Amino acid sequence: MLSITTPLDEATARSLKAGDQVLISGTILTGRDAAHQRMVETLRAGGELPVDLRDQIIYYVGPCPARPGKVVGSAGPTTSGRMDAYAPLLIREKGLRGMIGKGGRSPEVIRAMQEAGAVYFLATGGAGALLARHIKKATVVAYADLGPEAIYRLEVEEFPVIVGIDCQGNDLYASGRAKYRREVSP
Amino acid sequence: MREIKAREITGAVAGLCIEACSVLGPDWWQAMAAALAREEAPLGRDILQQLQENARLAAGSGEPICQDTGVVVVFVEVGQEVHVTGGNLYEAINAGVRQGYLEGYLRKSVVGDPLLRKNTGDNTPAIIHTEIVDGDRLKITVAPKGAGSENMSGVKMLKPADGVAGIKKYVLQVVEEAGGNPCPPIVAGVGIGGNLEKAPYLAKKALLRPLGQRHPLSHVAALEEELLAVINATGIGPQGLGGRVTALDVHIEIYPTHIASLPVAVNLQCHAARHATAIL
Repeated sequence: MLSITTPLDEATARSLKAGDQVLISGTILTGRDAAHQRMVETLRAGGELPVDLRDQIIYYVGPCPARPGKVVGSAGPTTSGRMDAYAPLLIREKGLRGMIGKGGRSPEVIRAMQEAGAVYFLATGGAGALLARHIKKATVVAYADLGPEAIYRLEVEEFPVIVGIDCQGNDLYASGRAKYRREVSP
Repeated sequence: MREIKAREITGAVAGLCIEACSVLGPDWWQAMAAALAREEAPLGRDILQQLQENARLAAGSGEPICQDTGVVVVFVEVGQEVHVTGGNLYEAINAGVRQGYLEGYLRKSVVGDPLLRKNTGDNTPAIIHTEIVDGDRLKITVAPKGAGSENMSGVKMLKPADGVAGIKKYVLQVVEEAGGNPCPPIVAGVGIGGNLEKAPYLAKKALLRPLGQRHPLSHVAALEEELLAVINATGIGPQGLGGRVTALDVHIEIYPTHIASLPVAVNLQCHAARHATAIL
């Protein structure tokens, strides 16, 4: 088990290998479909982003509302593939260093990650109640009108993830599946 | 004619929304224990244990199991001797969803127009399926369905000549393409027969059956077993990271069809097979 703190510099990112189990502490940002669409539209229109992404990690999540006395509701990862259209631009031009989500990524995202030295982490899909316990503070920092899709700054403590795809392009989905596949004729 | 007040329906639906989102049934716990016993992949075992721990935390605190508390799918069996008073049945159900999602601090995930995509703010409208049955009771099942697994589902109009082999091939194709996205271990609901819109309805309904319970017809039950074995041989495993347990179960529902048709629908369910039922 490795421990890292944010911001995540390129050297640390490049040292992580697919399959490593990592505990993340520090500050991470959230963002999912609508927030990504708005960020990329802003950049294409020549505007500036409301948050600085350099060496930051974006967690693809839309949390449940916080109950009284809690900082956040259940907060597990959403399917990352829906952000594939937007991620390469944020990695290449804005220095995004890490992403947390679930599910595979496109070859374009993996290529951008290899070139810029970015990492794709996996959090356990569906384990929203468990993961929320590692979030100590949550503040909306942009796009409040998007509700659960707004960009939050989260303070996390030992947030448990697995390196899904590393900076060399090693993909745990491909290797894990190949290892346990059996030949059965349907 | 037995009278049931609309506000009783609203109250029941609100409670079912909260319960379904935070508590998994005894069948799920059994299926997960069995999955852990046969999972060989160390990472897969870790993930299954995390999911059990997560379900324990959620049930203990009333928090949702998953942040995607879904679109609410409601199956209502309306006894033909029932008369709903003081309001409209569908409005009563939607009022229940509104109340449950607010009081339960559940995520509102519905956009009112699929093109304009503005959140309705209260998770309505629900998707409501009604069936008229004998008797004077109202049976309401609430099944919140998240998009991660729903988006990976599919329907295909096969040819009768494709037969059982074609059905197996298509189900496997849907599961393989879904990979880790629907949060395996999945439950695969399969609808066979009917027509274009009937087959997916059957597939969704199949997800309501308790895990481990086979279809009463032996040839359908045998196909469920075969499909389960084939899906678990893909190696996809928990969360798609490799392992022996890709599916907790496969449930099939069938319906008569046209001489020229063989519709097959696959509705994937994530590991959290959420649903709750009340009888009024």
